[in-house]
Amino acid sequence: MALQDKDRIFTNLYGYQPWNLAAARARGDWDNTKALMERGRDAIIQEIKDSGLRGRGGAGFPTGMKWSFMPKESKDGRPSFLVINADESEPGSCKDREIIRHDPHKLIEGALVAGFAMGARAAYIYIRGEYIREAETLFAAVAEAYDAGLVGKNASGSGYDFDVFVHRGAGAYICGEETAMIESIEGKKGQPRLKPPFPAGAGLYGCPTTVNNVESIAVAPTILRRGAGWFASFGRENNKGTKLFQISGHVNKPCVVEEEMSIPFSELIEKHCGGIRGGKDNLLAVIPGGSSVPLVPAEQIWDAPMDFDGLRAVGSGLGTAAVIVMDKSTDIVRAISRLSYFYKHESCGQCTPCREGTGWMWRVMERLRKGDADVQEIDMLWNVTKQVEGHTICALGDAAAWPIQGLIRHFRPEIERRIAEKGDALREAAE
Amino acid sequence: MLSRGVHPLMADRHIYPDSPELRARWGNFVWTEANAAKAKEIVARYPEGRQRSASMPLLDLAQRQVGAETNTQGWLPIPVMEYVANYLDMPIIRVVEVATFYTMYNLVPVGKFHVQVCGTTPCMLRGSDDLISVCKAKKMPTGSVSEDGLWTFTEVECMGNCSSAPMVQINDDNYEDLTVERFEGILDALARGESPKTGTQEPGRHTVEPAGALSNLTAMVNENHDYRGEW
Repeated sequence: MALQDKDRIFTNLYGYQPWNLAAARARGDWDNTKALMERGRDAIIQEIKDSGLRGRGGAGFPTGMKWSFMPKESKDGRPSFLVINADESEPGSCKDREIIRHDPHKLIEGALVAGFAMGARAAYIYIRGEYIREAETLFAAVAEAYDAGLVGKNASGSGYDFDVFVHRGAGAYICGEETAMIESIEGKKGQPRLKPPFPAGAGLYGCPTTVNNVESIAVAPTILRRGAGWFASFGRENNKGTKLFQISGHVNKPCVVEEEMSIPFSELIEKHCGGIRGGKDNLLAVIPGGSSVPLVPAEQIWDAPMDFDGLRAVGSGLGTAAVIVMDKSTDIVRAISRLSYFYKHESCGQCTPCREGTGWMWRVMERLRKGDADVQEIDMLWNVTKQVEGHTICALGDAAAWPIQGLIRHFRPEIERRIAEKGDALREAAE
Repeated sequence: MLSRGVHPLMADRHIYPDSPELRARWGNFVWTEANAAKAKEIVARYPEGRQRSASMPLLDLAQRQVGAETNTQGWLPIPVMEYVANYLDMPIIRVVEVATFYTMYNLVPVGKFHVQVCGTTPCMLRGSDDLISVCKAKKMPTGSVSEDGLWTFTEVECMGNCSSAPMVQINDDNYEDLTVERFEGILDALARGESPKTGTQEPGRHTVEPAGALSNLTAMVNENHDYRGEW
């Protein structure tokens, strides 16, 4: 059964109603937050664990468990911090923007509850620089929350002091990586740190830090109010809850929509997106979780459950649930090559395999796009992706490698066809 | 205006050369009264002794002040970066590092309108090639300013508006669900000094809902519906 409106968390997702505090309260936000906090830190973390919530930023790490890694008490006087990742920059992803501009109080209330549960003294919300109007809304919403005593000293009357700050990025995809984000908040270039130490031990300003995605934090208050059992009633085992899906590309009605986890791809598309442009038979391939995950051919994606395990079973991943749909008019090699260009542009330059590899892979992809290559170069490209993958400090190298691997795995005949065609044309010209 | 044959790739970023003329123009840069207050408020967001964290927001503030003075989106001449470094008591090179690492800091002058067309795959699938062609047909230069002082064009990477693609960001505003005609209309309106509607340009669409018949949350359209009674 499909998700009903009463079970949608982000009821103002489309912004038909105001984002402000009064309207948010009328929708149920900030409703006796003090009572949620009075349950205690351990009970909050347990509830989130029981709900089965997995991180909504792409990696899918269990959120409650992540919170539990934070020190219970500060033994050396260092404070703890919550950093909220609103650096939404993964091609295809456009959900956190809707939360921030239409339902910012869900995020701010979530920041307080989550920050309290992990013993943080403040939250820094890192919002990507290009979300300019969205940041204006967020700053204004935080100011409202301070004015109403919901955050700050004695936040929401709980006796707990908790600050919420907004930090704007300035155009660097890599800052979505948690340690690069921490560097960036510290006022440096956003280059990922070597781990360990992990942020939970030494993160922002050397203090224990947890980095969570906007959606993971914003759903927490509703989970606490409605109970872990309610949230866990959606989706398959190990893939629980509701989720914001973002559908772009060749569907009749691209949109962002909150749905039940594990909804079949076909249902998601038919119910909310008006179907594939030109009909089901016109579908070529889908990138189901944002640019970093491999594409899935039409016949494999159609019935796949849209969740972590379902998409892994077809050789891809849920990622941020950014569903990029491509119909048969797509130049599939170019579609992936453009992603290779993206990773080349966004490599921070720190690790050689990524800095050099992303540019190299893009240049070869461009030649494959035009057929201006030798068939053996397909294998050479494959090998290079394997040399980049797993050999860098952060996952950007992996993210650059996987889309290419997906392309070669599923569309090698198309690449070879281009090479053969170009070869024929050259031979004809020579004769 | 600057024209140094900058290669039309975004990753190609140069610092504007230092010169006596540049010093004469920007060497006396100081915060306006309003921005001085704003800068103080920004530094206070970070813990004591961690004022370096404010380098990013202060560079943005400085760029905006330069923009206000030049009637453009603004940019960061070296003397302005030095001012920010001094303000935060940090080495100039650390500020230059930040300014050159993050693409939203303009290192060279830009036009009154910085037209940033998203060209990444989700926008490409919905027709961003055509939008880029519009910019080229209008002879908007990349890395410099058009002769009338109005335009700078940059192809940018995913802007997070994928469900209302293709899109452009022009200074602080986004224009989404574009077609060639809609885009040209917006550019013409801006050139005339008007303020065209921002956000989605699809008639009848509000934001990122499925255009046409809503598939969900219909009760929210006309009232701030409280669903708690149905829990």
